[in-house]
Amino acid sequence: MTLYQRRRAGNVVALTLSWVATGIGLLILFLVLWTLLRNGLPALGSDLFTKPTPPPGGRGGIGNAIYGSVVMTAVATLVGTPVGVLTGTYLAEFGRGSRIAPVVRFVNDILLSAPSIIIGLFVYELMVVRMGHFSAWAGSVALAIIVVPVVVRTTEDMLMLVPGSLREAAIALGAPQWKVIVSVIYRAALQGMLTGVMLAVARIAGETAPLLFTAFNNQFWSTNMNGPMANLPYVIFQFALSPYADWQVLAWGGAMLITLAILMLNIVARLLTSWSNRTL
Amino acid sequence: MDLALSVTKRSGLNSRQIQDAAFRTATRLFAFGVLILLGGVVVALAAGARPAFEKFGWYFLVSDAWNPVKDNFGALPAIYGTIVTSAIAMLVGIPLAFGIAVFLTELCEPHLRRPIGTLIELLAAIPSIIYGIWGLFVVAPVLQHTVQPALIQILGPLPIIGALFAGPPFGLGMLTAGVILGFMVLPFIASVTRDVFLTVPPMLRESAYGVGATTSEVIRHIVLPYTRVGVIGGIMLGLGRALGETMAVTFVIGNAHRIKASLLAPGTTISATLANEFTEAVSDMYTASLFALGFILFVITFIVLAAAKLMLLRLDQRAAK
Repeated sequence: MTLYQRRRAGNVVALTLSWVATGIGLLILFLVLWTLLRNGLPALGSDLFTKPTPPPGGRGGIGNAIYGSVVMTAVATLVGTPVGVLTGTYLAEFGRGSRIAPVVRFVNDILLSAPSIIIGLFVYELMVVRMGHFSAWAGSVALAIIVVPVVVRTTEDMLMLVPGSLREAAIALGAPQWKVIVSVIYRAALQGMLTGVMLAVARIAGETAPLLFTAFNNQFWSTNMNGPMANLPYVIFQFALSPYADWQVLAWGGAMLITLAILMLNIVARLLTSWSNRTL
Repeated sequence: MDLALSVTKRSGLNSRQIQDAAFRTATRLFAFGVLILLGGVVVALAAGARPAFEKFGWYFLVSDAWNPVKDNFGALPAIYGTIVTSAIAMLVGIPLAFGIAVFLTELCEPHLRRPIGTLIELLAAIPSIIYGIWGLFVVAPVLQHTVQPALIQILGPLPIIGALFAGPPFGLGMLTAGVILGFMVLPFIASVTRDVFLTVPPMLRESAYGVGATTSEVIRHIVLPYTRVGVIGGIMLGLGRALGETMAVTFVIGNAHRIKASLLAPGTTISATLANEFTEAVSDMYTASLFALGFILFVITFIVLAAAKLMLLRLDQRAAK
């Protein structure tokens, strides 16, 4: 083989491997989705949404867990979003040249990838030990702590995309800085910030580890935020590992619902970004 | 008249300054809140872990005891499992992620780049617990019935390496956990790698093609040296994820506090131990030991993630120049 042929052959091998790697990546996604649909679809029915989790062998659904997940995700988003938006605003608008901003950005990026089970431990020590019992409040706080870094990151990124001329124009009209930020900059960056919030919701909707020691689980339909509350991830965890076939079916049903919801959120968030990039 | 006007003007200016200052202070307070949050996590974990560290001292790190009845605990099996599963995850995840990044930057039709990139990124959106349930019911049986027997047969008789593939194919164990973790960190590494590949100036790439280099040569000799720091940063980011990943591992690791040379044997990781045992820990020392494990995990991931971040920052600064 000549040198030229050898180089060509090496190139073909390398590029084929690259094709194969991409194929494997896509295959994993489709295999996961296919498994979820195949096992989850038989669980679908009105009982799944309206009945609470059954004892082994009983009939029931995962209504209480869906309710708990929705409530805790909503509370966590409502608490975490303002904190994240204000921190992101500081980094983008006031932090330039300050010594503290790079540190905050650095710490925020670490919190973004920190193991979520550590957050669960933290909230356990902070709230559960002090209150003496598991509670949906503690679960919501743990999830809110995960929301904050996601929102900080996207808010900062989106505010940086707003052209400086827009700020200057508003200030030249005599608007105070806070008004410039709230009614001009936020409005210009709204779609992007909304995307960040949606991604944060998608992130916490499936989080299990931080809920294990905070919200724990509840077999019954509980609306008491001050007590343990059922949630989808915990129910999936418990039911999937149980030996009962009907529990496993419910676990697959819950897994399918949660994944489809999260993927939808992600796709909508992405469409929003590409759409807003086009209009900016 | 003049005086009154100037007074109202000044007070108007003052209240505006106050409003601005209040807004700025509020945002700064929340920014400090992020720092306090990190500090709070460290303090809370350390406080919870104190009884265990006081009782066992440094010995906690190297002891392989895990005996809730006698209140004797050690972190070694969990640390060992965490490191081994993460190492397997890197072996699985890095080549795949690298191949995907090359595909997306060099081979893919331009109009397919976004859809395929998005699909790969969606892998990162799937929750950990879904990978767990999928790993338990789909991947583990496949590994148990086809891959593991083959590994035992082919690699088992070899010296040294053979010990890694000894014993019966359980299906659940370190290898399965590592493979699933590899799939999970793949999208993180792939998207960072793709992004840093795109920072290579087109001139460099085109000059290399111009002197007759093949695509693989351009990647090896131009793209990789230029982006090395960023690629390593992306890998470290993936490693940070793998070290702390909880639910997926909890499903497939087998939960055994033992150190076995064989990768096919069940083991445990720090996060899986916490997920499995924390709510069942009856004694105070048990709980404190679990907190100590959490503290160790936090320190390890903090170091890895900080290193990753610093590397990526260095690349950003160079790109800005």
